[in-house]
Amino acid sequence: MTVVWIVLAVLVLGVGALVVSSRRRRARTRVVLEPERAPMPDVLVTEVAPRPEIDDSPGLDRRLASSRTIFDRVRAITSHGSLAPEQLDVVEEVLLRSDVGVVTTAALLEELRTHGAPDGVASAIRAALLASLSADRSVCTTADEGRVPVWLFVGVNGVGKTTTIGKLAWHETQAGRSVVLAAGDTFRAAASDQLQLWADRTGADIVRAAEGADPGSVVHDALGRAQARHADLVMADTAGRRVNNANLLDELAKIRRVADRGPGQVVETFLVLDATTGQNALSQAQEFLAAAEVTGIVLTKLDGTARGGIVVAIERELGIPVKFVGVGERAKDLLAFEPVAFVDSLLSA
Amino acid sequence: MFDSLSGRLEQLGTSLRSRARLSDADLDEALAEVRAALLEADVELSVVRAFLDAVRERVRGENVAQSLTPGQHVIKAVHDQLIEVLGGTSLKVTYAAKPPTVVLLAGLQGAGKTTTAAKLASWFKQQGRQPYLVGTDLQRPAAVEQLRILAGQIGVEVYSDATDPVSVARAGVAEAQRLGRDVVIIDTAGRLAIDEALMAEVRSISSVTAPHYTFLVIDAVTGQDAVHTARAFHDSLELSGIIVTKLDYDARGGAVLSARGVVGRPVVFASTGEKLADFDLFHPDRMASRILGMGDILSLIEQAERTMDPEAMADSAQRMMSGAFTLDDFMAQLNQIRKMGSLGGLMRLMPGMTKDMRKAAANVDDGELNKIEAIIQSMTRRERRDPQIIDGSRRSRIAKGSGSSVAAVNQLLKQFEMMKKTMKQMSGGGMPQLPGGMGKMAQMASRAAAQRGDALPPGFEAMASGMRSAAPATGVPSGPKGKKKKGGRVTPPKNR
Repeated sequence: MTVVWIVLAVLVLGVGALVVSSRRRRARTRVVLEPERAPMPDVLVTEVAPRPEIDDSPGLDRRLASSRTIFDRVRAITSHGSLAPEQLDVVEEVLLRSDVGVVTTAALLEELRTHGAPDGVASAIRAALLASLSADRSVCTTADEGRVPVWLFVGVNGVGKTTTIGKLAWHETQAGRSVVLAAGDTFRAAASDQLQLWADRTGADIVRAAEGADPGSVVHDALGRAQARHADLVMADTAGRRVNNANLLDELAKIRRVADRGPGQVVETFLVLDATTGQNALSQAQEFLAAAEVTGIVLTKLDGTARGGIVVAIERELGIPVKFVGVGERAKDLLAFEPVAFVDSLLSA
Repeated sequence: MFDSLSGRLEQLGTSLRSRARLSDADLDEALAEVRAALLEADVELSVVRAFLDAVRERVRGENVAQSLTPGQHVIKAVHDQLIEVLGGTSLKVTYAAKPPTVVLLAGLQGAGKTTTAAKLASWFKQQGRQPYLVGTDLQRPAAVEQLRILAGQIGVEVYSDATDPVSVARAGVAEAQRLGRDVVIIDTAGRLAIDEALMAEVRSISSVTAPHYTFLVIDAVTGQDAVHTARAFHDSLELSGIIVTKLDYDARGGAVLSARGVVGRPVVFASTGEKLADFDLFHPDRMASRILGMGDILSLIEQAERTMDPEAMADSAQRMMSGAFTLDDFMAQLNQIRKMGSLGGLMRLMPGMTKDMRKAAANVDDGELNKIEAIIQSMTRRERRDPQIIDGSRRSRIAKGSGSSVAAVNQLLKQFEMMKKTMKQMSGGGMPQLPGGMGKMAQMASRAAAQRGDALPPGFEAMASGMRSAAPATGVPSGPKGKKKKGGRVTPPKNR
């Protein structure tokens, strides 16, 4: 309670004082600024500014170039048995560049130092990474007797939730299961249309509502239809939401409650993560785990240059396993996650 | 982690205060902290190294100013370097002599190009231009539909048809010319930088439309890959600038620094929310302060002005200054502040907050605020105007009425009195002891003001020096009293 008061006092007084002082100041300066409001010239000025110092420094290009040879070295050092500082530096660089993160990288290096590297640094770090990715990756498709299994998809904006659902719907219908899609993203313009096109493509059933409708009711209706038609699986889309907004996370928790009640049973909650995302992915995982009991991760856009190393940190710290990876635009470009292939790609850059 | 960077450097500084110069070992230690913070904020490794080299040069080049501790000296160097990398050059958007001015947006899938296209159109409209949108993303299902809906909300037309992206772009620009529109914004499909076919496609869109501006749209939470992406798009399209999106996700936004560092083009616009209005020019100095965890007063003021009822706010603020603040005013302000956004978000913008304070604010939930409101609402009008009259029996009545306890009522009254006392001090120009970080803030503010060549507000200089003498850092602010003061007084002159 005291904390609340300190926070309130700071905000009430601070904001009040700021508003007062900014008003005063503006009242003073307004007259001065007036002449500067001339219309912009109607001439295109090509920007001739020089590149900033950081780019001119001779180091950057050379470093990027040399980093490639460093990756080769990581494989080359396999033959050495000792843990020389330079070798650890190489490993550190590889891990940091793959978005594994400072803390996890430090922890992995520490493990290397304690356990040693009898077969060389490269295979030691490979083993340590594989040991970090040892969670159970099975995907549940069945619910209790008489209930409909639900897969719920959550994540921030633009990670590829809708596309992932489309791809998984294709896989499931190919496997002979009947799928109902719930177009629960009622916020983003045309999100339902996007899912509709996937439904048309895959032959899955879809329940949608107008933009701005309550996503919980869409999920509820989808459950009703799934039960009536004896569908095997419901996949529920949700709007992208940032994790520092408590209201949006509450809404998500509510959607989950709706999906997990009556005929529905949430058997998987997938957090969709963009492989290009950096350390923020860890807070995304934390918040979505708390709000929606995430059971697995779908790592999308792994076909680019990004390595998605942050999932190592997520699995180590939060125990959420990656279950699928997205590697392209086509429906079949969604694969089950293979730790060995993933770790090798992390280390081979 | 960035939140605590200035705090951690400050701590390093306390052990080194007596020295006139930083030793190499001290500097290494300080820079290791900076390195970890930059990496944790997703700044790309080679950009981090170049950045640290530049900071090292800066610190080595000068003697430690007497008024700065070595830690503050490093903070200053980091801050200045951040501004140089983020700001350096800025791009002033001007318009083609022969309209339309063509703007091309490109980027990875999911960076937010379509939303940005609509936001940018809305921005141009505010500038008194007549924008026109061209949707060439024929790849993602319903992308053009999304653009049409967003454009409908701001009253801008969209051109698209189902041929191929290059002809859509060409026809779209011609159509804009025919209609006499003066700005054309071309939205393109998301593409991976390594996808040769799609990169060739966007190159031909660029060559048939000859855009005056080509912007890379990049997600603020991008990791190390930001550099590859920015470089590949720059090599293909010769970018004129960067638009960073989703900056509300993560204030650290290291991707901005990476992309900026590697292509050397300015960040022109920043998008900070889902609403079409959450979009504006990018301010490097504000970003630098935020990265260092020094708060962002200008954004806070702007946010206040955007969301608050200016009359009501000014009224209660004036009464606050004159010492006639009542519980009604407190309620009014509380409501206004709740409208501004989450307490955690606001605390992030307040300068001089410790990490613990920010964390605490982030954890305050609405329920506790509702409880406070309930207590105040359970008072009579007279009690709210004059809390002095609230005696024991009134307290227990209020506690019952609001479903809380007498202790909670007592606490509310006590805190309110404290707040009122502090207000009196503030308006009377009293100078309560300021916590450590504030001296630094004052110096930064006055330096920034000096650089811009603005005159300092009356009394500001005296304040800054007063704060410097009070600076011996205690680390943790003493309580509510000192904090607000710094917020109010140290605001750098607004430069509009």
